[in-house]
Amino acid sequence: MSLASVPAAALAAFFQTPVTQSLVHLSGVDIAIIAIYFAMVIYIGFYLKSASNTSEEFFMAGREMTAWIAGLSFVSANLGALELMGWASSAYQYGILATHWYWIGAIPAMLFLGIVMMPFYYVCKTHSVPGYLKLRYGDGARGLSAVCFAFMTVLMSGINMYSMALVMKVVLGWDLNFSIWVSSITVAIYVALGGLRSAIFNEVLQFLLIWLGALLIPIMGLIEAGGWTNLKHQIAARMGSTNYTHLWSTTAHFRDNPMGIHWTGLVFGLGIAISCGYWTTDFLVVQRVLSAHNLRAARMAPIIGAGFKMMVPFIVILPGLLALSVLPFHLVPQDVAVATGQHSFNEVLPLMLVRYCGPGLLGLGVTALIAGFMSGMAGNVSAFATVWTYDIYGAFLNKKASDSHYVSMGRWCTFIGVLISVGTAYLVQHAASIMDYVQALFSFFIAPLLGTVLLGMLWKRTTKAGGFWGLLTGTCTAIGLFLWVHLDPSALRYVALSPDAKAMAEDMYRALWSFLACVIVTVLVSLVTEPRPIAELEGLVYGASNVPKEHDDYWYQKPIVWASMIAVVFVVLNVIFW
Amino acid sequence: MRGHIQIWFFGGILLLTYGVLIAATGLWELAAPPAQEAVLWQLHAPIWWGGMMAAAGLFYTVRFRPR
Repeated sequence: MSLASVPAAALAAFFQTPVTQSLVHLSGVDIAIIAIYFAMVIYIGFYLKSASNTSEEFFMAGREMTAWIAGLSFVSANLGALELMGWASSAYQYGILATHWYWIGAIPAMLFLGIVMMPFYYVCKTHSVPGYLKLRYGDGARGLSAVCFAFMTVLMSGINMYSMALVMKVVLGWDLNFSIWVSSITVAIYVALGGLRSAIFNEVLQFLLIWLGALLIPIMGLIEAGGWTNLKHQIAARMGSTNYTHLWSTTAHFRDNPMGIHWTGLVFGLGIAISCGYWTTDFLVVQRVLSAHNLRAARMAPIIGAGFKMMVPFIVILPGLLALSVLPFHLVPQDVAVATGQHSFNEVLPLMLVRYCGPGLLGLGVTALIAGFMSGMAGNVSAFATVWTYDIYGAFLNKKASDSHYVSMGRWCTFIGVLISVGTAYLVQHAASIMDYVQALFSFFIAPLLGTVLLGMLWKRTTKAGGFWGLLTGTCTAIGLFLWVHLDPSALRYVALSPDAKAMAEDMYRALWSFLACVIVTVLVSLVTEPRPIAELEGLVYGASNVPKEHDDYWYQKPIVWASMIAVVFVVLNVIFW
Repeated sequence: MRGHIQIWFFGGILLLTYGVLIAATGLWELAAPPAQEAVLWQLHAPIWWGGMMAAAGLFYTVRFRPR
């Protein structure tokens, strides 16, 4: 999941770290590896400029991406370095429960996108998710969604940028201004030149780098621990509990697990409302799939992404668990670390990197972190440029400009988006709490938007008024519940159904209630308002569209076959680690 | 995008370059061990990890080279 889902309190604390000494000291070969990466991404930007001359090329990568490239980019756009560090930290604190955000919190939604929703997104040839809302619900829903998305996206990009600068400061001792400006200028150059194609190419490279840079940690860690079975025993002996290595068996009650969550929240809140909301309606990730060269590739891309997403816990969660066993000291909360000079939970991934990686490998690991941050920024900025140009500028401000004018606007937008992000980064530097609010704000729109898009795609009777009022009610419900708990923490017992619930449970149930509020109001208002004629819904709604038949030569080429295989592996993994 | 270099070629070049650099560093460390050795240093991870990266990079570079 995105930065929005990373434990905010833990990361916010990380940002207050006073840097006395860096964790890592780079050698010449490490610096060469980092420099080569920067040279490569800028070269790719210049190289792809000639292939980004039309708006379709610049904003949609020419719709020429194969299923593999779109799929890797789809999962990579979400695989930021801050997320890796945040969830490794969570794994150290809460054990294997953190894996839920990669499995139940991603896989079903990604498969649902590929099998059910993608045909409608793809067949209607929309350029964006707000673009789909325009086709289904009209300009009002499009404008509201586009403005919210554009605003939130540049803010998230700034937060990502600031986070990277801080991680580089803590891990490497680099100056904040240096990190912010070098990364932002690099991202601005390669996205402005090559557009979405350049962003996608770099996301694929980043995906390779993250795996190559991080995979050695679990491999070496398992060798040191003596295998998975020994690791489980060592963790149980050291922590005095076997709960750290069970996914579901401790979730029957909120107080039975350290996260304070319940299986109903995991399945319905995280697995449906949050996960589907993010993976199927957040344009940042959906844009990657829309760049596929045909419908089959567009359907296969999220399925391929799901396969890789399922493996990510191996390089994120397992290092956190290994640290519980192999580190000779205990990591502590950030405030304790600041007071005592010990290492904090948030440093678990860099600590494990330093433990096993000498010169060369260390440079590769640090490059993977930098690549993760930069592609996160690039993803935000490219999505911002698309939504601004197509859904705000082209839709409301200048409807009749030439294609080259829109491309030019997209390039300028990229620079402006980066500049706003830099401004946000400095703003957050002086008021770290802004980050928490921005993340919360982002989460307010995700679950209700899922209700709006889903009913729009699957129910012909949904009306324009139903969609608008449902979205508004769902968003207001999310904001209302957030404020209620914020002002009166005891209200958590009502929102999350238990006084033992903790912050993550609140997020799950808040998303669930706002999704349900959106669905109920959309249905009720639609039933009392005039529906659109069926003929106008062609290509937009299930039952009113002729989705082109895919002609696969062999049964094993069918997306449904691959999705079923991924689903089976998903179930088996959950049973194994029950 | 006909006629253009594929992403897999760029990936291959990057892997090949990194693999050679990392494996060479590992070999150098055999002759001049570092003052502070990483845990499990005796497994010489940079040599085999860098070697695998270089081999994979070489394959992708050749397979997807511009024609």
